[in-house]
Amino acid sequence: MTFEDRKGRGRYSSRSDRLFTGLTLVMVVAILFLAGLMVLQLLVASIPAMQALGWHFLVGMDWDPVHEHFGALPFIYGTLASSLLALILAAPLGIGVAIFLAELAPPWFRAPVSFMVELLAAIPSVVYGVWGLFVMAPWLRNMVQPWLSEHLGFLPFFQGPGFGVGILAAGLILAIMVVPTITAVSRDVLMAVPNHQREAMLALGATKWETTWKAVIPYGRSGIVGAIILALGRALGETMAATMVIGNSLDISISLFAPANTMASIIANSYAEATYGLHAAALIEIALILFVITLILNIVARLLVRRVAIGPVRMEA
Amino acid sequence: MALGMEIQNLRAWYGKVKALQDINLTVVPGAVTAIIGPSGCGKSTFIRCLNRLHEVVRGARASGQVWLGDLNIYGRGVDPVLVRRRIGMVFQKPNPFPAMSIFDNVAAGLHLDGVPRQEIYGRVEMALRLAGLWDEVRDRLQVSGANLSGGQQQRLCLARALALEPEVLLLDEPCSALDPASTMHIEAVLRDLKGRYTVVIVTHNMQQASRVADYTAFFLTGEVVEYGSTEDIFTRPRDERTENYITGRFG
Repeated sequence: MTFEDRKGRGRYSSRSDRLFTGLTLVMVVAILFLAGLMVLQLLVASIPAMQALGWHFLVGMDWDPVHEHFGALPFIYGTLASSLLALILAAPLGIGVAIFLAELAPPWFRAPVSFMVELLAAIPSVVYGVWGLFVMAPWLRNMVQPWLSEHLGFLPFFQGPGFGVGILAAGLILAIMVVPTITAVSRDVLMAVPNHQREAMLALGATKWETTWKAVIPYGRSGIVGAIILALGRALGETMAATMVIGNSLDISISLFAPANTMASIIANSYAEATYGLHAAALIEIALILFVITLILNIVARLLVRRVAIGPVRMEA
Repeated sequence: MALGMEIQNLRAWYGKVKALQDINLTVVPGAVTAIIGPSGCGKSTFIRCLNRLHEVVRGARASGQVWLGDLNIYGRGVDPVLVRRRIGMVFQKPNPFPAMSIFDNVAAGLHLDGVPRQEIYGRVEMALRLAGLWDEVRDRLQVSGANLSGGQQQRLCLARALALEPEVLLLDEPCSALDPASTMHIEAVLRDLKGRYTVVIVTHNMQQASRVADYTAFFLTGEVVEYGSTEDIFTRPRDERTENYITGRFG
C-alpha cells in the first residue's frame, strides 16, 4: 500500500468518523436534554404546591386532599424508616456474601453464586410485592411478630398489633431487593484491592481472616460505603413492592409493626385521584424531593466506589 | 537472635509448571545473602518459599525442607502464620496500609503477635529508627502511611517487618521501584542490620548485590548455578554461565 492510498483511505474514514461522532453526539445531547427537561417539568409542576404550602409541606403530618391539607412528613418518615431497616438487614448479609465471593470462594464456585445473587436483581418488583403480600406478610403476622412482641416487646419498635403488612414487611422486602446491589458492588470493590495489600498482611503473620479484616476491608472501606449508599438509593425509590406490603397508612408510628406509606407509594396509590391542581402538585413535589435525594445519593456512592478503583488519594501532610 | 536457614531439596510449582528444581543452599546467620539472576529464573519464587508465602498463590505448592534454626518450616503441623511472624518480608512495590497511620503500619504486626500495649510504642520507635525513618516521621506518626514518598514508604515497610524483630528478613527486589537516593538509603540500612539480622535479598541489580551482600547465589532456570562469597562470585566465578551473566552477556 502506497502512501497516497493510505492518505486517501484516511480521509475517507475520517469523514465517516465525523458523521458517526456527530450522530452519537446528537443522541447524548438528547438524553441529557430529556433528563434536564424532566427536572424542569417536575420543578415547574410542583411550584403551585411550594407556593401554597411552603415549608409546611416537609414538616406537616396531615395529608387530607379533601380539605387541601398536604404534609408529606409521614411519607418521608415511612421512606426513611423502611429504607434504613432494609440497609440494617441487607448490609451485613450483602457484605458477608461479597467477602465470601471475593476472598474465600474458589473461582469455579464464584461465578454461579454471583450469577444467582445478581438474578435476584432481575426479578420484577411486582413479583416481590405479590410474594411479600401473600407469603411473607402472613408469616410475619403469625410467626415473627408474635415472637418479637413477646421477647422484645419492651422496645417501642415492636409494640402494637401485628398486621403482617407494615414498615417491617416493607423493610424486609426492600432488604432482599438491595442485597444484590450491595453484594455485586462490594465484591467488585474487594476484588479491586491489590494483592500486595493481602501479601503485606500475610507476611506479618496474619491469618486469612485477619488479612481480610485488617487489610482488605479497610482498603476498600469507602467503596463498601458507596455500595451501601447505592443500595439506599435503590431502597428509597423502590415503588411497587413497598407499596404492596407497607399497609398504606397516613400516620407516623415508631413501631415497625405499624402500616405506613413511602414517598413512592403515596404517589403510586393516589395519582389517579389527584383530580385538582394542588393535589397533583403536591404529589409532584414529593416526586421531585425523591428524585433529588436519590440523585445525590447515587453521585456520592459512585464517587466513593471509584476511589477504591483508582487507589487511595495522596494528600500532602 | 539472628538464625541461619538451611534449604534442602526445595522444589516449587505453579500448577504443573515447575519453578524451582532441587534447591540446596545455606543462609549464613547475621549475613546478607543476595539472590541474583535474570527474570524468570525463580529468585522471587525462592524467597517466597522461605516464609511460606509462595503457597498463598492459587495452585502454587512447594516441597522439600527449609530449616530455620532447628525448625523445618515445611514440617508436618507447622503453622505458616507463625513462621511468617519469625521471618519478615519487604516487597518489590512499597505496600504500606493506606487506611492506617504511620504508627499503626509499624504496629500492625505487633498487634497480630499480641505484644502488650505498653511495649508497642517503644517497639515502633525502635523499628522506625532501625529503618532510618524515625527523624523524618516522628512529628507526624498519625498521618496516613500513603502520604510518604515512595522511598519513605519502602522504609516504612522495612520498619513494619523489623518491628516484629524477625530472625530472618527477606527482601524481594526492594529497590526496583525506587530512585537512586532512596536505594542508597535502603542499602545503608541493610549494612546496619549486618550481624544483628539474617538478610536475604533478591535483586536484579548486580552492583547492589556487590555493595550489600556477603554471599551471593546465582539462579538460572530454577536452579542454583553458583553460590559463594560475593567477592568470589563477582571476581572469580567458577561457572561459565555465572561469568556470562555478571559480565552482562545475557539477562
